[in-house]
Formats: sequence, structure tokens, C-alpha cells
Amino acid sequence: MLDTIKLKYFQGKQYIPDIPNAKMREQFRGLPILKNCSGCSVDESVCPTGALKSNPLSIDLGKCTLCGACECEAIKFSNYYKLSSTDRNHLIVTENMTPEEFEKAAIKSREEIRKVFSHSLKLRQVSAAGCNGCEMELNACSNCNFDMGRFGIDFVASPRHADGLVITGPISENMAYALEDCYKHTPEPKIVILAGACAISGGVFQGSSKLNREFLEKYPIDLYIPGCPVHPLTFINGVLDFITKK
Amino acid sequence: MNWIITENNKKINALDIPSISIDEIKADVEKMKMRAVGFFGKKEFDNTRLYVVMADDKVGKLYVTSTLFTPDMKSYESFTQKFPAFHIFEREFYEEFGIEPLNHPWLKPVRQNQDKYPFFEMEGEDIHQVAVGPIHAGVIEPGHFRFMCMGEKVYDLEIMLGYQHRGVEELFLKNNRYNNRLAESVCGDSVIAYNLAYSQAMEALSDSAVSSKAQIIRRVALEMERIAIHIGDMGAVSGDIAYLMGASIFGITRTLVINTLLEISGSRFGRGLINVGGVNFDIDEKMSDKIIEMLEGVAKTVDRTTKVMLKKPTCISRMERTGVVSQETAKSLGAVGMAARSSGVDIDTRFDFNDKWYTSLDVVKPFKATGDVHSRFKLRYKEIKQSIQIVKKLLAKLKEYKAEPIKVTPNTNLSANSFVVSMTEGWRGEVVHIAITGANGELLRYKMKDPSFNNWYMLAMAVRNNGVSDFPLCNKSFNLSYCGNDL
Repeated sequence: MLDTIKLKYFQGKQYIPDIPNAKMREQFRGLPILKNCSGCSVDESVCPTGALKSNPLSIDLGKCTLCGACECEAIKFSNYYKLSSTDRNHLIVTENMTPEEFEKAAIKSREEIRKVFSHSLKLRQVSAAGCNGCEMELNACSNCNFDMGRFGIDFVASPRHADGLVITGPISENMAYALEDCYKHTPEPKIVILAGACAISGGVFQGSSKLNREFLEKYPIDLYIPGCPVHPLTFINGVLDFITKK
Repeated sequence: MNWIITENNKKINALDIPSISIDEIKADVEKMKMRAVGFFGKKEFDNTRLYVVMADDKVGKLYVTSTLFTPDMKSYESFTQKFPAFHIFEREFYEEFGIEPLNHPWLKPVRQNQDKYPFFEMEGEDIHQVAVGPIHAGVIEPGHFRFMCMGEKVYDLEIMLGYQHRGVEELFLKNNRYNNRLAESVCGDSVIAYNLAYSQAMEALSDSAVSSKAQIIRRVALEMERIAIHIGDMGAVSGDIAYLMGASIFGITRTLVINTLLEISGSRFGRGLINVGGVNFDIDEKMSDKIIEMLEGVAKTVDRTTKVMLKKPTCISRMERTGVVSQETAKSLGAVGMAARSSGVDIDTRFDFNDKWYTSLDVVKPFKATGDVHSRFKLRYKEIKQSIQIVKKLLAKLKEYKAEPIKVTPNTNLSANSFVVSMTEGWRGEVVHIAITGANGELLRYKMKDPSFNNWYMLAMAVRNNGVSDFPLCNKSFNLSYCGNDL
């Protein structure tokens, strides 16, 4: 018993007290900041997923894997991690967009969402051909550092206990049926969250013949959370803003 | 014996690979007493060529040969009857090319046709089935498990996978330029291992020399990945035996390692770190000191927690003699990597295949032989300690190569008609990448084999005669990859 208490003592406090204002390490590649730069022309072809467009300069966070291949005078990745949006088109970062501007328009919450889910949101995660990167990060959301449960947000075992789905991965043909089945078994009202570049656009797997992304055309998507993989702070803040922000 | 002998990461002329009959291959395989690391097909006009790659772990050599199936040859007598380790390779080959291995004892789908999967059936009054998945209770990848039980006791477990199939091998042939990013996403918990295997294969094919500095940084990252995932898995095992103190502490300790990886590369899993030709981020002296300081703290925490945990009878009793895989079973199934080592099969491609950056370090290979959950838990603990030693020694060596560049511009043209096998020991085991180029240096076939491909059947064997409730514990102690198997 005593040795267990000792273990706890040695650990001290390791949780992040203020999740919405947590400080991210400088090296993290988050929101790209695009500057008007006349000196060079940006080479679209360096981008593995086609997220980068040069005329006019823009990066689609729904496709971007944040790999940093395009970094130059005009494109810099900041450590700003609140990348979520309720609007797919808003994920396209354009020239001279500041983090504040991006955040301001990013999440448009609805009254009925706040009313029903703001104190408790139970989510069912479906890995539809996700590479286990996003899955590990979503698991990390519930560890002692990030402790997502303090906001009433949790992952649950059954879709019947859930208020919504979190989808990761590019959705393979073989998972299409199970995903749709899972959605149908989630009781109304329900939300759908896409986490990671693969889920939002197919990511590096775009164009593979083994994918079936029909689900996304059939059902409404409420929240897009970019990243490759999604950082726990991006995920928690995105969901938190979605259910509480006025 | 008509086989061509080669080494890890060494290109050979694809036209030199002998073409012998399938019966000769079978006779040779029986004589060789080695294990298979590659058994895959490639279309040649209407014909199908089957490549077989065998590994001799004792001397670190690879043996390659091939055989040609013309369109009228639709079947052959299966290898699996004599060598069970080939079962999954033959199933995969049949699924992709339609050439049937006759008398295969369990010729079932690997990645396709799940709705027609012929499960084993058991009959009897008290026999019942438990079906789980593809969507599991936790936040993990999809797969279907079917247990044949009597009461709580599991007679047999069948594992049906394929849900994660994304056709990655085909995508690799599309555009070489982005393949580093694709390699990182094949299996998101082995980012460094996959990217390293891909990069080394391409460097061998394009005759690009990589600086010693880059090679060391790559291996530091590979060992950090091993440390991080092993700690995470020890936490998961603790969680499954309801020792929550362990789960919490291992969980936050893993964060320290991956956050340091973030400080090096900008991503918690080291994405974007490795490229063909070198690495994109340097480890300077300040960072090097930081890594050592972090690892010393991690070593202390892991040590302390493991010791307290393994003193508790409640923990030990759940782990000991649970999910046992004997050495004999592991060997006959062709098990690889950490799971094989925990059953007493002493293979580790880092040391066996003479990776000079490892063999020069003078470290001992740890291994444990009881083959139960306890042995896999203990082995992870030992490997963490060993990897910390390796990282420290590598970082000391890094100082000697301070002046070298971290990357060189690789030759973009790959050698024509070449064949290369690239093996990297990830935390789970050997990640094998095999590339074949055509007459203009274009990639014709890219084949990957994850350690899980061999080891999933090991999990099925481990669960036999255990309670259903011990399945999660067995599963976490292996922590096999779904997407690595399904690609």
C-alpha cells in the first residue's frame, strides 16, 4: 500500500490545468501562416496530398498532413493547434490569415447542440481504415495529461450509448457497411465528427480503389478536426468549442 | 540449390534471380530450415511469378528464388501441410493471383470476401460462440473475433481481418515522390520503422549514400518509438488487469517520450522526420542532452512502477500462465519480433542482420522464454531499458559526426531491373519491404510484410484454454497491428 502511495507522490501533478489555453511546444506544426511573397513561386507538386494551391496561395487543412514539405519564406507552420471547423470550406487557409481570424469564423455552434450536449457528450469512435495514429491520439485524450472526461466528454463502448460518432481513417470498402450500421444504431439527436486528414479528404490514400466514401455524402457532418494524426489538444478544444461556444 | 544469396538492404539484379520449379522450391525449403520473409507474386504479362525470400538469422543472409506460373497452371501442392508458417503467405498469394495451394488446411480469405468467410464450427450441447467486432469497445482498429467456448473457456479463436485494407501496395507504385509520407501512414504506431524500411530500400536501389549522422538520428528515433510504444502497452496491460495506478503512470510516462519526439520532428510520432537521403531534422547537443535527461527520468519511473507492480500478487496471478505460446508453436508459426522473443525464439534483425550501428554498440539482446503475458510484459520492460542504453550510446557516437550533413539529395533514378529486401526491426518485429524495378527503373512491385502478418495466429493460439475475459489481456500483451496486416 505504502509503495503505491509513494508512486503517486513521485508523479506529482501532471495534468494540464487549462486545456483551452494550454501552451503548445514551439516545434509543433499546426496552422500554416501564408504570406504574400513575390520572391519565389510556390511549387504545388511538393504537396503529397494536393492541399497546397499556389494561385491564389492556399492550404486545405482537410487534406494537409502537416508534413512541412512546403515550408518556405511564404509558408510557415505555426504551433497554433485549434484547427477545427464546422464548415468544410473554412478549413482552406488563405493568404495573410491570422490564427485569430481563423478561430473566429471556424466554429459556428448551434443553440440546440449547446442545450443538449454542453455538459455531457458521449462519443463512439469508429476506425474506418485509420492507421492507428489518430486512434492512439484519441486514446491519449483520456489519459491523465489531457483528461477529457473532466468536461463530460467520453468515449463509450456502444453506439447505443452514444450521442455521436467520431470517424477516423479514409473509410475502406470493407468498413463501409459497419460504419453505416453503427451510425444507424446511434440514437437521435446525434452528431458526426471527422477526425484527421484521412477521414476528411482521404489524406495520403486519396485515389485508392479500395475506399468507399459514400457515407460522407449521405449523412451530414457536424465537425471537422484536421491533423495527421489529430493532436489531443486539437481534438478536445474542437469538441469543447463545438458544444459550448456561443 | 539454385537460390541467389543476398543481404539486407543490398540490391541485386532482378534478372539474376533463378526461376526454378515449385517442387524444387519446396524441396529446398525443407532442406534449408530457415524462415520465410517473403512469398509473393508479381504479374508478368499473362504469367505470374512467385518470389520466395528465406532468411538465415544465424549468419544474416537472405536467399531469393522464383518460379513462373503460366496461365494454365492454376494450382500447386501447398507448403502449409508441411510448414505451417507459410499458411498466411499462401492464403495471400491465392487471394491476389488465384493460384490455388492444394490441400491447404485453412484456405480462408485474408483481406477480402468477409461475408463469405468460412468459420470453423464446433458442435455440442454446451458449446457457444462469442462474436466480437469489427467495431470494438475501445478506441482501436477494426477486426472480427469469433470465440468457440464452453462456458468461460475458449476452445478456439478465429480472427478475421481485412477491414483496414486500403490498397497501399498499389499506391506505392503511383508516385515515388510522396512515398515517404505514404510509408508513414501504413501503420501509424510504427511510423519510423516503416519509413526507415522504405527509405533504405530506395537508397539501396538508387545507390544513394546517407551520412552516418543521419543514420544515427534515424536509429535514435526508432529506439524512441520502441520505448514509447512499449511503455504505452505496459500501461494498457495494467489497465486490463485493473491495476489503474500502472495504467495512469505508464500513460503519462509515454507522453514524455513522444513529446520529446515532437521537439525533434514537429510530430508526436516522428512524422516528417525521415526522408530518402537522410533526415529532415537535426539533433544538436542541446537536444541530445535533453533526450538523455528525459530518458533517465523515464527509466526511473518505469523501474519504480514495474517493481511495485510485480510485487503485487493480484497482478502476477493475472499475468503468469495466461496466454501461453510455447517455443515450438511460435517457431512452427513463423512468429517474429518481440512476441517471438518472449516465447524463446531468439531473432532480432537489428543484430542478426548486422546493422553496423547496432552491432557496434556492444549491447546484449534481452529475451524471455516462458511465453505467457507475464513474459511479454517483462520483455517490454527489459527492451525499454535496453533501448535507453542504445539511445545513450548512439547519442554519444553522434558527437563524432557533428560536421556531417543530415541529408543528401538522393538520385531520383532507381536502378533498372533490380530487387531489394529491406528489413527494419520495429518495436513489434521485423518490417519487411521488398521492391522490384523494371527496365526503366520504375517500381513494378512493392511488397510489405508487417510482423503482425505472422503473429496474428500466435494470438489465436495464446487464447486457447483461457477464459474469455483474459482475451483483452492477451491481445494487449501482443498489441498486433490490424492495418499492418490488411495494408
